[in-house]
Amino acid sequence: MGDILGLVGKRLGLGLIILLVISVIIFFMVELLPGDIAQAVLGQGATEENLAALRKQMGLDQPAIVRYLDWLSGAVMFDFGNSIVTGESVANTISDRFMNTLFLAAYAAVIAVPVSILLGVVVALLRNSIFDRVANVVTLSFISSPEFFLGYILILYFAVTWGMFPAISSLSEGMSFLQLLERTFLPALTLVLVVMAHMMRMTRAAIINLLASPYIEMARLKGAPPWKVIVKHALPNAWAPIINVVALNLAYLITGVVLVEVVYVYPGIGQALVDAVSKRDFPVVQACCLIFAATFILLNLAADVGAILTNPRLRHPK
Amino acid sequence: MSITVFVFGYYTVLLAASCIAAYFNQRAIFILVFSLTLVSFVLGIVGGAGALQAVAVFAGLLALAGMISYGFREFLIQMAEGDIGAPLRGNSTVFVLVIAALVVLAFISAAYGWGLTEIFVALAALMLILVPLSPDTAKELRTAPMTAAFGLFVVFTYAVLGIFAPWIAPHGEAEVIASAFAPADENMLLGADQLGRDMFSRIVYGTRNSVGLALAATVAAFFLGALAGLLAATKGGWFDQLMGRVADVIMSIPSLIFALLMLSIFGPHIQVIIIAVAVIYAPRVFRLTRAVAGNVVVMDYIEAAKLRGEGTWYLIRREILPNSTAPLVAEFGLEFCFVFLLVAGLSFLGLGIQPPTADWGSMVRENATLISFGDITPLIPAAAIALLTVAVNFVVDWMLFRSSGLKEK
Repeated sequence: MGDILGLVGKRLGLGLIILLVISVIIFFMVELLPGDIAQAVLGQGATEENLAALRKQMGLDQPAIVRYLDWLSGAVMFDFGNSIVTGESVANTISDRFMNTLFLAAYAAVIAVPVSILLGVVVALLRNSIFDRVANVVTLSFISSPEFFLGYILILYFAVTWGMFPAISSLSEGMSFLQLLERTFLPALTLVLVVMAHMMRMTRAAIINLLASPYIEMARLKGAPPWKVIVKHALPNAWAPIINVVALNLAYLITGVVLVEVVYVYPGIGQALVDAVSKRDFPVVQACCLIFAATFILLNLAADVGAILTNPRLRHPK
Repeated sequence: MSITVFVFGYYTVLLAASCIAAYFNQRAIFILVFSLTLVSFVLGIVGGAGALQAVAVFAGLLALAGMISYGFREFLIQMAEGDIGAPLRGNSTVFVLVIAALVVLAFISAAYGWGLTEIFVALAALMLILVPLSPDTAKELRTAPMTAAFGLFVVFTYAVLGIFAPWIAPHGEAEVIASAFAPADENMLLGADQLGRDMFSRIVYGTRNSVGLALAATVAAFFLGALAGLLAATKGGWFDQLMGRVADVIMSIPSLIFALLMLSIFGPHIQVIIIAVAVIYAPRVFRLTRAVAGNVVVMDYIEAAKLRGEGTWYLIRREILPNSTAPLVAEFGLEFCFVFLLVAGLSFLGLGIQPPTADWGSMVRENATLISFGDITPLIPAAAIALLTVAVNFVVDWMLFRSSGLKEK
């Protein structure tokens, strides 16, 4: 067991280092601005006194490395300073939105994961049949469509033509859970379609890869019934690739969520990031980027740890 | 009355088709047609004749696409058998120089307003297309699946639309000719956009702008990544290690987020988009190139060349590159799809090519209000993005299959 803990610990440490490097990139990229943040906020026509005053207020008179350490120690406690535009605390503005985004991603994942794994296995078993080919073309089209295309098509049919679900997901206090599910159904469905296509294709590839291995052929040759080959011989070894597929696609959700939130005007962190980018509100941009990157790394980490835990072969590197 | 006739005819055709397929022992076609019949029963009950009509229209479109793809493939095979690319394959230095001269001429013509830019670009593109057409390619094309032929046809159409945009579009891309959201008339095929500009002309110009930007960004990413990968594979040592770690870090940031970060700092300019995308996608190319070149580097002929005293640049150009072209070309196509979708997303968020230049992503966003009135015109640019990505994917699938013998049992 100590062996596993060591491996997992090593992987966690590596993830932490990468996160640290990314925080450095996110912070010091803003330093590359021609001029500095104060200049960017006040514009070209600002007087020297105003600039100096703002620099002092924002702590820009300190060396960059001190400010970085300050920012990082704040970020660990979920304190990202104040927004340049509104002057409010960044953490207050985005914490609710972050929960909304997590809710949307979880909603999509709960639908997408079981359905796509099931379909992926079915398609893998029916490989090279006409259904497999049709599924291949359909999933490829979903992957190739921009998220906003799928989103607007769903709005066109489900909201405008049939009037089944609202086109804009505005959330308010005191909504019942069912109401919440109905309001956020279309954005969740958009994410489901995109992620499901990816997940189905990856599951199919993993299962086909597995079914080509010699022990499956052995099981078939010794006369085991097909369902037993799948359940008893293939599935235990399929968990590792499937967990990997799920984690990687949840990480993919993180990027997809930005565009979907904008299409449906959903009050999530992706929308906040896009707004902040167009207003050049750097503290908010930095905070959102760090949160997205951290989630992304965490999910990739989960994929690796899951693979280590379910595949004993990885515990003994050659 | 006519609807009943339609439904009656619909099922007759489907059942007749399944009978014919069964008679000629076409198992796959029979299963497809017969399951379509069964699905149609459910669809017909739920959605009525309208749903069946939609299915019929869809099948008609599919058949049309199939016929066009078949015709295009036969056309390409004929061209390849005639070996019209042969004179171009004589001297590679001259060929590259002529292409470079045409590109330079195109730029000069654009700068001085000769009006010949399109012709120069078209000539360069034509030369690039004709080179691979040889009897060997004809053999490959004969076995190409219909999807690949369809992909090639779509790519060809987009290239023509993009290069000759000013000749095809009836109006200028920034020309205001009607009131906002004016409906379609004999002057405007698809109506006007939110400022009264002709939607059809803007879509045609968008081919040039959106695809051109994505292509430029892909070339930049590919150049950066492939160069680093080839150097890492030949040199090894600390350079390899350093590049590998840099790639790890860049790949652990979600691509859209990284692009947004860079654009928020440096502003949404075309140069910034190209550099940002190049930095984000170069690591993928780097990893693939390094893996492919790594397999070539250990070969005996590389050892022999090294012992002859050849330099790194010679090794890369004359020994490694010719032996790793196939996977790299396929990777270029795949990379283009990723970049195209990312750039489309950015432009949808208003951070792509800035107005009044027509760009598919921003066109969708600007006209999105029309969707709430049940109008599908704003979705055409989005569909154009999806169609090109699907087409390139089809072609890449075929290339991967053919180059690696990647056959799934």
